[in-house]
Amino acid sequence: MTLLRYEDLSITLPGTARPVLDGIGLTVGAGEAVALVGESGSGKSVTARAALGLFPEGARTTGRVRVDGTDLVGADAASLRRVRTATAAMIYQDPRAAINPVRRVGDFLTESLRLVHGWTRDRARGRAAELLDAVGLPDPVRHLDQYPHELSGGMLQRVVIAAALTAEPRLLLCDEPTTALDVSTQAEILAVLGRLRRERGLGLLLITHDIELAASVTDRIYVMYAGRIVETAPVGDLFTTPRHPYTAGLLGSSPPLDAKAPERLVPIPGAPMGLLESAPGCAFAPRCRFAEPGRCDQAPPPLSDHGPARVACHLAGELTLTPHRDRPGDHHPHRNQEVR
Amino acid sequence: MTTDQPPLLRVEGLRKTYRTGAAEVVAVDGLSFTLRPGGALGIVGESGSGKTTTARMLIGLERPDSGEIHVQGRPLAASVRGRAARLARAKAVQIVFQDPYLSLDARITVAATLDGVLRLHGTRDPAERAARVRTLLARVGLGDREAAALPRHLSGGQRQRAAIARALAVEPAVLVLDEAVSALDVSVQAQVLNLLADIRRDTGIGLVFVSHDLAVVRYVCDEALVMYRGRTMEHRPVAELLTAPDHPYTRLLLASVPRPGWDPDSISRRRRALDPLGAPAGP
Repeated sequence: MTLLRYEDLSITLPGTARPVLDGIGLTVGAGEAVALVGESGSGKSVTARAALGLFPEGARTTGRVRVDGTDLVGADAASLRRVRTATAAMIYQDPRAAINPVRRVGDFLTESLRLVHGWTRDRARGRAAELLDAVGLPDPVRHLDQYPHELSGGMLQRVVIAAALTAEPRLLLCDEPTTALDVSTQAEILAVLGRLRRERGLGLLLITHDIELAASVTDRIYVMYAGRIVETAPVGDLFTTPRHPYTAGLLGSSPPLDAKAPERLVPIPGAPMGLLESAPGCAFAPRCRFAEPGRCDQAPPPLSDHGPARVACHLAGELTLTPHRDRPGDHHPHRNQEVR
Repeated sequence: MTTDQPPLLRVEGLRKTYRTGAAEVVAVDGLSFTLRPGGALGIVGESGSGKTTTARMLIGLERPDSGEIHVQGRPLAASVRGRAARLARAKAVQIVFQDPYLSLDARITVAATLDGVLRLHGTRDPAERAARVRTLLARVGLGDREAAALPRHLSGGQRQRAAIARALAVEPAVLVLDEAVSALDVSVQAQVLNLLADIRRDTGIGLVFVSHDLAVVRYVCDEALVMYRGRTMEHRPVAELLTAPDHPYTRLLLASVPRPGWDPDSISRRRRALDPLGAPAGP
């Protein structure tokens, strides 16, 4: 069952050269973990926020975002409130920014139960303690009386996840939930999210800049570039057979951990496209080492089917992209990509 | 690491404690290492491990409680008074921070920043300085347009290149990089990592590369030192550390790096076994 469905969602801000989001289509089913991967400015956070009906101020929005069937574009306050309080919840990057530093953890967790659902203090506290236990905190009752500064970042992110669970949502939106955390803490948080998904059948949308992380914990990946989805595929396919040069470039840019690694990384030249820039054709063409003048700079490539993947590239199907990292000595069919 | 040359950098028994109320936190404890000319040492650890405190002691922003830092055989003065001593210290060790806004003056152009550094360090002739600024910026892949720009008009990657050029302007013996690529997008990060590899190969500068990212350390460094709660857990050539980690903490760090087929549950259990209290306490 599809919990979250974007249909051709486009968002344009006044005074910008290109849309923030351009024709986004994406689905998350119940019990499914899906990743949206992109660099800064790709539009991934704007996409995530749209699933709560949070659209940028003054923006022109077209298309649909359906959460459990309800379209949030142009939705009235009552429907938005219903989605936000009962269906979907968001976890942000920095738990310290999501929690009031002068209130106790217990107050933070019981506030919505008492205000929205009218529970008594004791009943709400009991529920809050259950939730802290569910996210793996060692001493739930004691944590209820603690202040945020008494907890580490990893513990606090669990508190924020517990808070997101109070309304028993069916969809969790996680915007870089572990980026501010240490690597071993990151593993713990992802273990918690994975367990919640399995046990409660939650749909999970993971927003991240880290394609390796996305591949480690999700089933399907969407890769975004300059407001568009450029490739989507099941995780295994994306890693062994990237079909978009940007996806292959991302994989070649992250240094691998194995000891027999290449002597040189193969970065993508240039920088991601800002909102004040636009390109008549493929937005990635100015950085793409395969780009062909007269072909890639004419019109934006549509997302089309290629095997198990969907790819937005004029040359998709013609290119053989190195599945993982390029090794020194690999030849490249077109001009050399070596740019500092 | 066996060489007849004296080490570029020698750190001996470095210790630093902070006082928070009545409690004393040991940020760095008994840290010792040497760096040969042209060497690159990665200092790896999580938050609270003492890696940033170490970086700050190396450039004199923090004073160690005890221990010594020697650069090219000369002790780094515990405090610097006067212009000559400050300039000497600046020539010994330079740093690039995670956020280049901290090392670039927001009000003046990148070229003016570099020009100021060169003037301070005794290049009198403006034409000579201008030529050197162009060379330095070309070294990090920046051109005339970026030279004339204010830091806020540059992208994150360009700013970090400018910060590297600024640090290189004084031709320091040692360059400390404190999470210098952590905030960059991965495609841009790769460009800066390649740049660092080139600089190391071409100049013989010593790099101390502080990072939480083992893969990045593997790429830039030949040795890595793993810190945990201020102590050194393991210090070995990078390739060895990755293939045959000795310390359980190093093994946990390695296992924690996400990869396909990864099992975060088992990492959680191992982490608890290693540290029942949960997250490390930070200063």
